[in-house]
This record gives sequence, structure tokens and C-alpha cells, in this order.
Amino acid sequence: MTIVKNDDKIILIIKTKVPALLDKTKRQPLETVVVRIAGDSGDGIQVTGSQLSLANAMQGSDLATFPDYPSEVRAPVGTTYGVSAFQIHFGGRDIKTIGDEPDVLIALNPAALKTNLERLRTGGLVIIDTGAFTSRNIEKAGYEISPLEDKTLDAYKLIKTDISKQTLAAVADIGLSRKDSLRCKNFYALGLVYWLFDRQRESTYAWLQKKFAVHKNVANANIAALDAGHAFGETLEASSDLAGYSIGPAQMENGLYRLVTGAQTMAWGLAAAAELCDRKLVFASYPITPATPILHELATLKDLGVVTFQAEDEIAAACAALGASFAGALGVTSSSGPGIALKQETISLAVSVELPMVIVNTQRAGPSTGMPTKTEQSDLYQAAFGRHGESPLPVLAARSPADCFDVAIEASRIAIEYMTPVIVLSDGFIGNASEPWLIADVNDYPRFGHEQIIIPEAFAPFKRHPKTLARQWVTPGMEGLEHVLGGLEKDHVTGAIAYDPENHQKMTDIRAQKIAGISRTIPDLEPDQGDTTGDIAIVGWGSTYGPISRAVTNLRNDGKAVSHVHLRHLFPFADNQDELLDNFRIILVPELNAGQLLMMIKATGRQNLQGLSKVSGQPFMVREIEAAVDKILEKIND
Amino acid sequence: MTDTLAAPALTANDFASENEVRWCPGCGDYAILKAVKKTLAEIGAARENTVFVSGIGCSSRFPHYVNTYGFHSIHGRAPAIATGAMLANPDLDMWIITGDGDGLSIGGNHLMHILRRNVNCQILLFNNEIYGLTKGQYSPTSHFATRSPSSPSGSLDTPIDPALFALGCGARFVARAVDTQQKQLGEILKAAYEHSGASFIEIYQNCPVFNDGVFSPFTEKASRDDFQIQVEHKKPLTYGSENNKGLISNQSQFDLKPVTIGQDGIKPEQIITHDQTNRTLAFLLAQMSGRDTPTATGVLYNASEPSYEHVVTEQVSKITARAKQRPEPARSGINDVLRQGFNWEV
Ligand code: SF4
Repeated sequence: MTIVKNDDKIILIIKTKVPALLDKTKRQPLETVVVRIAGDSGDGIQVTGSQLSLANAMQGSDLATFPDYPSEVRAPVGTTYGVSAFQIHFGGRDIKTIGDEPDVLIALNPAALKTNLERLRTGGLVIIDTGAFTSRNIEKAGYEISPLEDKTLDAYKLIKTDISKQTLAAVADIGLSRKDSLRCKNFYALGLVYWLFDRQRESTYAWLQKKFAVHKNVANANIAALDAGHAFGETLEASSDLAGYSIGPAQMENGLYRLVTGAQTMAWGLAAAAELCDRKLVFASYPITPATPILHELATLKDLGVVTFQAEDEIAAACAALGASFAGALGVTSSSGPGIALKQETISLAVSVELPMVIVNTQRAGPSTGMPTKTEQSDLYQAAFGRHGESPLPVLAARSPADCFDVAIEASRIAIEYMTPVIVLSDGFIGNASEPWLIADVNDYPRFGHEQIIIPEAFAPFKRHPKTLARQWVTPGMEGLEHVLGGLEKDHVTGAIAYDPENHQKMTDIRAQKIAGISRTIPDLEPDQGDTTGDIAIVGWGSTYGPISRAVTNLRNDGKAVSHVHLRHLFPFADNQDELLDNFRIILVPELNAGQLLMMIKATGRQNLQGLSKVSGQPFMVREIEAAVDKILEKIND
Repeated sequence: MTDTLAAPALTANDFASENEVRWCPGCGDYAILKAVKKTLAEIGAARENTVFVSGIGCSSRFPHYVNTYGFHSIHGRAPAIATGAMLANPDLDMWIITGDGDGLSIGGNHLMHILRRNVNCQILLFNNEIYGLTKGQYSPTSHFATRSPSSPSGSLDTPIDPALFALGCGARFVARAVDTQQKQLGEILKAAYEHSGASFIEIYQNCPVFNDGVFSPFTEKASRDDFQIQVEHKKPLTYGSENNKGLISNQSQFDLKPVTIGQDGIKPEQIITHDQTNRTLAFLLAQMSGRDTPTATGVLYNASEPSYEHVVTEQVSKITARAKQRPEPARSGINDVLRQGFNWEV
């Protein structure tokens, strides 16, 4: 064990039993690294994380991030349930997940250490602010003795230093209050991380200068803290055998990039869809975690003609969206599981009156309030089957933040072309995760609209397009075509109230046929990775895309005959889905639920299925999927 | 002069739809339908621009009986659907048809919010103090101890007063009408139409099948004059078969007091003059119980404020104007939005 003392403030301990990753002479190259920053929710963890993301992106690394924040808005300082964390996986190759386990943990207080240490890879590096390890905080975190003094950290490398004190020293000249000065300590830690991975500080300088354009001293203090943290790293380099790491740029398609979360791309996709079909976007929503950021994003687009409406409740939000579509706009509502449940009666009305509408469900862990900030895929049944009566509708799922943009456009297209409500499934992970996005050009997307030929003399509201079976979208304001819509069963042509049994059978059949027919406009399903035949096809949907994709890459590198098929269309399925899956011996369906897609595929008559279920509020780890595949291969190769 | 210059004005009959009206014979809804059609003709409504949105219940069948655009939606939600439609197209003439169950029970929340937001529309709440379509259960406006299939020993719920509810929600136009009082109803409908913002009209509607005569004490010819006061803006609050009764201010109780002119030295000038812009007076009029005091009908409150769609549109203009003043070029579409903020070239 080496102990290096520097100024009495800095202690670097390297446990010799852990193989030394650190090279004194030069930075050690790493392909990718997973860093987790944790602290009190008042410590500015998420800001720190997003700055680290930006700095990485600017240096050409690919990355994926995920914020892990508590449900409580401001939990008492120092408690375990008040810990906010941010995980980032970055590196010199394409990054598909946030990483199974962190390599580096920055713990800004004892509670952050307590709640996050378990995730850290054995032998990983812990950076600790000893200034926050007061006996009171140690006790609040639930430690009996200081974790710095027992064996808690024996299995890890450790940099411990009084970040709080050094931050105060770094910003002393600026003249902020002690409290405000201490609030810069996250940037001190960030500076240290920048040194550790050789990241440039310029993007953070620029961000701080813009963010605190009015409060210049706050910008300057944070910059001073950032620089001090970085300088501290340099002194470590000089005085210890820690030289930091180097991470190369990833190979990325040329073009203009920005960092995006799924909530942003979903919002922009909806706004783009409205432009593409030349309709006003009316977005009606009621605040709910984790769906609300979509409302926040769209509320900033009012100058583009986007109308956002914060309704009195979930039902009103759905109704306002439907009312907007009734009057000729693209009506969209958004929520999470419990809110979607409240909207279902309105969605059934939309099915019955055959008006377009898009419903975005950013799923979270349920049932009931469940774990609002944790992710899950357990609303697939609700989306596909959660209404009353025979009320089929299309269900689409987004696989990643970038994918949300395309899915929002496709859902809007289907809604309008087929005169139907469409449910889009995202989840808390996709909504909050961020990744670099090759910025889309709206002009690259085909325009769409409602194809209708109205002959006023022969007008009837439920006459249908011969191909799509969509009825005509005639909206108030159109002269001579006045009619009444309603939830009572309608005559299959005139739309007049009709109780006749044959008509109800006919309307039920038509509504089902119309939705089933949407599969015609769905491109053929192809493996995302791997061959069209093989031992195993892993069939996923939604946010499991990243872990499945990485696992399949790894497994294929090991020579295993595994393919990855990822579904965007969950109802109806793509026409060739069955045919494609026929070419594999086993179909493995990993889901963050108890097996909902599994059941829906089973219902098509397929036998060779196996589920992989996880319902812990956490995404899949790559190795969990790899292990499931290995187990199957062992069996079938026996 | 050619006949293509102006379309001939529509009559009340032109607003009748082809659908057979299916309310029970003698239902008060017929009279309301008649008054509405007549009003539409009188105000020169454009059929294509007029929309009736309703929820569920006897009254909510209404859109099927008028020859305009209509949406017979789901229970209680008409105000929310109408709000969405108005956000999509603020130029529509929006009418909401609801009842005491639809509007105050299952849809009470939406009614509250459309009123406080002041969405430009007319809300006609048909109050028959009973659930008609589901066959006669007590409603949120039923009197205490109402006997019904779901309350055989009498209901135990304290009723809500629709007009008081609307005033409490911040409605800027609150009126009461009676199905059979066609002239007054027509005038109120017109005033409601002219009012920009949410106009709330409670219409006492007799349900001869399940709650016959519940409003008779103040609507029957014999007793109407002494138990109903029809208020009019800037006119004294007088009533009575000899028009010698009136309301004065009972200052010790902060209340209205019914008096007889000439009795106990009451002089005509003591009678309060109705001021429809006075919200406190509207509350006092609305809360008169109909027992010791008459039931007030007419426009109780009418104070104009910009409607919701108006402020929504105004805010957009302001935001757009401000964006134009900024040094960076104003964004004209989502493509511009995507390219704003931190981005980098690979
Ligand atoms: S039940 Fe009553 S309210 Fe309903 S239609 Fe019959 S009379 Fe009218």
C-alpha cells in the first residue's frame, strides 16, 4: 500500500492487491469507461453530469448517460434517499448502454457512497470528498464507523481529498458567501474528472459563462473551482503513480451532432410531424414523472405555433387532445402508466369516432405510484389491450432517445392516415437518458396527410378510403358537411346512431381490419444485427435495445449464432415477423416486465419462445443477456 | 340584384336536424331545444362554424338534434373536449350541453376549470335534479332526502347549487333560466352568446318522468310571480304578482332581504337595482333558497374579461415579437430548433 501525502490535504491510497491500472509515465489508454457521480440532490450532480457529457461529445467520444435522481424534490441533506446520481459511459467506440457497472465513482458525501458503492466494479476507483465525511453525515448515511476507516473501501482504488475545503480556497477571492462558494464543489470534482480522462474544459467554460451571464461572479467561481480540481489532478500526477487515462474518439458518421434526451426528441418529433402534415400541434398533458419533460420542451416552442395545454387532470388532457383533433389539429397527449389508465376511456372514444390522436406513454415502474423515477416496460398490455370494448389501436415503441424523433413522426403519420389513436411507448430510461444525435433534417422525411376526396352531395362521415379504410376527416368550419360524432355505435356509412346487430358486427370488424391493415405500411422486419437465421434470435422492444445490442455484438464476436431483432411495431406486428422468427431455433424475449411481449408473440402460435424478465426498476445489464444466451446455447448444444 | 349576393338568413327550422328527437313526451328538453334553435337563427349563426359538444345523459343527446357540427362525447368530459377544440380553432362558436349529473358529478372538475380559464363558449346545464337516462337516481342537485331507486329511504347528500358553483369557480357570466320561460331563456342565450368567454347558464328543466314538478313552486303560473325574481341589469330587484315585492340590503347580515313596498315604511327607492357586474350581488342572488326568499333567474353576473383562446393567442404574438427582436435570427421551424444550442460537427 502506498500512501502519498501532499499538503496534508491529499491522500492517494492504492491498494496493492488490486492490479495496478495506473501508469506513472503516461496516460493509460482505455476503450471505454463508466463514471458515476453521486452526491446530495442539492449538489448539482445532474448539471455536473451533463457538462461531462458535453465535454466528451466535443472530444468525439460516443456516450450514453442516465440520471438517477430521487423521487423527493429536496430530501433532507445528507440522507440516503436524498442522493442524486448520474452515470455516463463514454469511449472511443460506439456506446450502446450506460454500462453494467461503473469504473469510477465520485461520492460527494457518505450517503452517496453508501447507496452507490455496491454498483462499482471491484478494483474501481472511488473519489471522495473527505470534507463531507463529518461524523454527522456518516451517521445520517447509516454507517456505524466511517467507511474511510474500516475495510469498506479495501477492494477499490481511492482518491480522497477535502474537496469542500479546496473549493472554498479556490473561490475565496471572488467574494461569494460561504454557502454559495461551497456550491461550486461539484465543478471542482468535475475538474478532477476532466484531468483523469484528459477532457477539455472549454465547453464547460462556455456553458457557465452563458448560464451565469448576469451573475458573472458565480460563473467565475465555478470556473475557478473547475480549474482547481483540474490542477489538483496534475499535482496527483506529479506526486503519485497516477497518470490518468486517455480515451480516443469514436468513429461516428459525419454530420452535425447534439446531445439529446428522449423527452426532447419525442417533443421535437411531434412538432416535426405537425409540420410534415401541415396541422397545428395541440399537446395536452398533466404533469407526471417521468413524462413531464416532453411538456416542458414543447412549451418552449410556442413561437412555432405549437399549442401546449396543461390540463386539470389526465382525463381532461386526453379529451383536449381529442377535441383538438376533432377540430382539425394534431392532438397529442402524454403521460405515464397511471395517467394513461385514466385516459383510456377517452382513447376508446377516439377509437369509436375514428379521430387521429397520439398518446405517448413514458412508462415507469408500477403498479400504482410504484417507483416513479425508475424504468419499466410493464404497460405493453395496457397499451395493446387496456381499453373497454373491442378497441384495437396501433402501438409503437421507441428504442432510444434518437429513435423517439422518428417514432413520433411515424405515430403521427399512422394516426392521421388511418384516423386512429396511436399509442407510443417510451420509458423513464429513454426519456431521461441522453446520447449524441446526428441532428435530423425534417426535409428528409416524407410529408403526409389525410388522403380524402369529398363529394359534398355524397358526403357521409363514415365513408372510407378503399385502401386504408380510414374514414374522412371533416372538421368544424367546413361548410355543407356538418355532422355529429359520438361514442354511440354508428351506422357504417352515415354515422347516425345505430343499434342494429349486423351493423355493430360490421363496425367491429372494420375497426379491427383497419388497424390490422396498418402492417402494410410497416417496412419488413430485419435483424438489427446478425443473420436472418441462426440458433437464437433475441427479440426486444423499447429501451432494452442498448443492452441487447451490445450483448449480441459481444456474443457474435465469440462466434455465437445469435441475432438481434428489435420491434418498433408492437401492434400490429410487421407482416413478415413470423416468417423471420421461423428461421431461429430459439426466440429469446428479454423485457423489463413479467413477459408481456412474450405472451403477445405466443398468441401468434409460436412455441420456441423463452422469456427473460426483469422488474427491478433497473435496465438490463449486458452480462445478464449474455448469460441467458449462453444458458440456452448450452442446452441446445447438449 | 342577384340571389347569389347573400345567402338567405337561416330560420330556426334550418337548425333542426333530420334525426328524430327521442326525449320523453313533455320533457323540458324540447323547450330548450326550441329556444336554442330560435336563438341560432336570430344571432345569424353559421351552421358550419357552430359546434355542440355534450357529455352523457338525456340532455347530452342534444347535438343530434341540431343541424351543425356536434360531438356527443363521454360522461362529464364535454368541457375538456371543447377546450381542446377551441385551442385548435378559436374561431368556432362553441356550445356545451350538460346536465346536473354530467356537469356537476362526474364532470365537476372539468366544469370548474373551463369556467376559471374562461374558454369562449356557452355552457347550458340542464338541471332536472335527477339522473334521467339511468332511470331516476338522485343527483348532486337533488334536494336532501330525495327518494329514488338508489336512495329508497331518502338521499343524505347536501345538494350543490350550480350557479353558486359557477360563481365560485370564477365564471364571468352566470345566468339562470327556466325551460318554459321561453322569452327570458332566449334573451339569456343571446346575452351568453355575445359574452366573450365562458358563459354559464343553469336551466331548470322539468323531468316529468322521474322528478316531475320539482321546480313548480317557482315556475308554475300560480306561484311563479311570488317565488321567482327575474333579474335584469339596471332594473330594480322587484317581483310579486303585484310587483310590490323587492329586495333590500340587510346590512347587519350582509344579505338580501325580501320586503313588500309600502309595508313597514319600505319605500321604492330602498329596493336594490340589479348590477350584473357586481359579483357579490350575484352571489347573494344565487344563494337565495327559494323558501323565505324567491329564486333568482336571469343574468346574475356578466363581467367581460379576455377569453382563454384570446390570451393564448396574445401570448404567442408576444413571444414571436420578442424573438424577432433578438440578435440571432428568429427560428421559423423545427429544423431551426434542432440546430440551436450546443452542437458539434463530426
Ligand atoms: S327521463 Fe326525464 S330528462 Fe330524460 S328525456 Fe325523459 S323526461 Fe326528459
